[in-house]
Amino acid sequence: MESAKLTKKYGSFVAVSDLNLRIEGSKCVGFLGPNGAGKTTTLKMFTDLIRPSSGEALINGVNVHTDKKKALASVGALIETPEIYPSLTPREALMMIAEIRGVPKAERSKRIEEAVSEVRMEEWIDKRVGKLSKGMKQRICIASALLSDPTILLLDEPTNGLDPRGMSEVRDIVKSLKRKERLIFMSSHILSEVSEVCDEVAMIDHGKLVVYDTISNVSAKVSGGENIVDVGLQRPIDSELVTKKIATLANVVTAEIKDDKTLRINFSGGLDVQERILSDLVRMNIGVISYRPASSELEDAYLKLITSTL
Amino acid sequence: MNETKNVSENKVPSSLTQVGITMKYTFLDYFRSRRFFILLVITLLISALLTFRVGYYRPATFLTSDLSFYSGWWGMSVTFVIVLSGIFFGGDAISGEFQNKTGYFGVPNPIRRSSIYVGKWLAAFIAATVILVVFTAITVGNGIYYFGLTVPYQFALSVLLAWFYLAAVLGFTFFFSSLFKSSSISILVTAILFLFAFTLIETLVADLVQIEPWFILTYGAGIIGNILTVPYPEHVHTQTFGQGRITLTTYNATIPEGIAILGLYFIITAVLGLVLFERKEFT
Repeated sequence: MESAKLTKKYGSFVAVSDLNLRIEGSKCVGFLGPNGAGKTTTLKMFTDLIRPSSGEALINGVNVHTDKKKALASVGALIETPEIYPSLTPREALMMIAEIRGVPKAERSKRIEEAVSEVRMEEWIDKRVGKLSKGMKQRICIASALLSDPTILLLDEPTNGLDPRGMSEVRDIVKSLKRKERLIFMSSHILSEVSEVCDEVAMIDHGKLVVYDTISNVSAKVSGGENIVDVGLQRPIDSELVTKKIATLANVVTAEIKDDKTLRINFSGGLDVQERILSDLVRMNIGVISYRPASSELEDAYLKLITSTL
Repeated sequence: MNETKNVSENKVPSSLTQVGITMKYTFLDYFRSRRFFILLVITLLISALLTFRVGYYRPATFLTSDLSFYSGWWGMSVTFVIVLSGIFFGGDAISGEFQNKTGYFGVPNPIRRSSIYVGKWLAAFIAATVILVVFTAITVGNGIYYFGLTVPYQFALSVLLAWFYLAAVLGFTFFFSSLFKSSSISILVTAILFLFAFTLIETLVADLVQIEPWFILTYGAGIIGNILTVPYPEHVHTQTFGQGRITLTTYNATIPEGIAILGLYFIITAVLGLVLFERKEFT
């Protein structure tokens, strides 16, 4: 999928500005940005829900707005939280989508049952949609996006409106979809979700693309190679020990006591260095009971990149 | 019609086939909906009231001849049933796609918006036709009870014209439904137009300004009742009151004129509604 100078204006307000983004291959790309950054607007332009003011939204080289049927033939999409005709059952609603998408007649029932099973809605397949909760409808909509076994999946905050269990299940579903050969482009507010599920990340702010790269490259670029870990301690630590022994360990940039039982270490290097520092701390017998990054790398990158454009 | 093959070997059907698919499932939704049931109950209530009125009071205007029976029964009430059907099935057909977000389920698929629009229109037309058939059957049943099996050919023509009027009303309500994003506003506006505004404008223009209201849809629909009157009412009828001081002019659309008004309303509003839906954004 590719956007070429994709722009959307509402009067003088520019929702998306000259967005150039080309994503290919089988992977999951997280689409991040604050509220009003232009994430949903971009996804809507890729699915014919809105028209670009200028530029093009292309899928497999086909312009969505000039040849929608061809462009969206291999795309499954979940934009915002769709509603389904309330008097239909999930089976009927999914059959309608299967027919519209041209799923072969002999395979329709099987595909519907598989998709419904994937979103764990088997018990509700023949109940009226009007009786389903918001989360259940969201699952059925995810099932509808999967029906035609699309090679591209566009998901707009798929866990939005779901309870914690539902969110976790939807994340598992998205992770399972990754295993198949397809491109997943998923917008989200939840950084941990993107870290957990996605391989790459595109960040957008004020309608402009801020960065698009692998999560590790984005984190490395922003952090300058430095990482922070919080060390949980069973007992208070001597400040002299911190300044003289811990702060002088190889690769440690700074070490400071955060509170009685927490020590914060800023170090340069990757996971190997992180592991070695932990070993050194354990050997010092200072009562280490936990050892974890102070914040996720992606969160650090997000906060630095997005704040700098405000 | 083009056929597109995607990577996963699904053959996206032609736009015409997709119209049929949309129609089938939208009709199913309409058919099971509460509003279909309510409209059916209203239609049965109107029929029951007419049955009671004719059976109990035996009005001479109804029972003079078979034609006067159908004119009194059908000519007076069928347009109301049609307008209600138009409001119930077309009033929010398109605006609901935006406000209720059902459009987010269908539009992001490989289907043209025009296929969705036409499919929904056909579903509404079939659902409203079911209601019209019920009302027609009860009318004919009563007619047969009072006048035997001879149903005047004018009634058959009137049924056809009523069906045509239904198409025009639905074209119009779909157009208004495309204008608004709020279901309640689009239903309210179409209801006000059909139940009050059109009749009021028609009366004011004809009686006070003495201009033929050929631009009003309900004026064209007058042919549904007029065709049951023999001889057909005068095109222009003038009455004077108060020793010639007050003149009231009544206009009756001729059959070709009425058909032209209904046809033009249907074509113009259908095209405009379709263009609006094509251009409207799901913001």
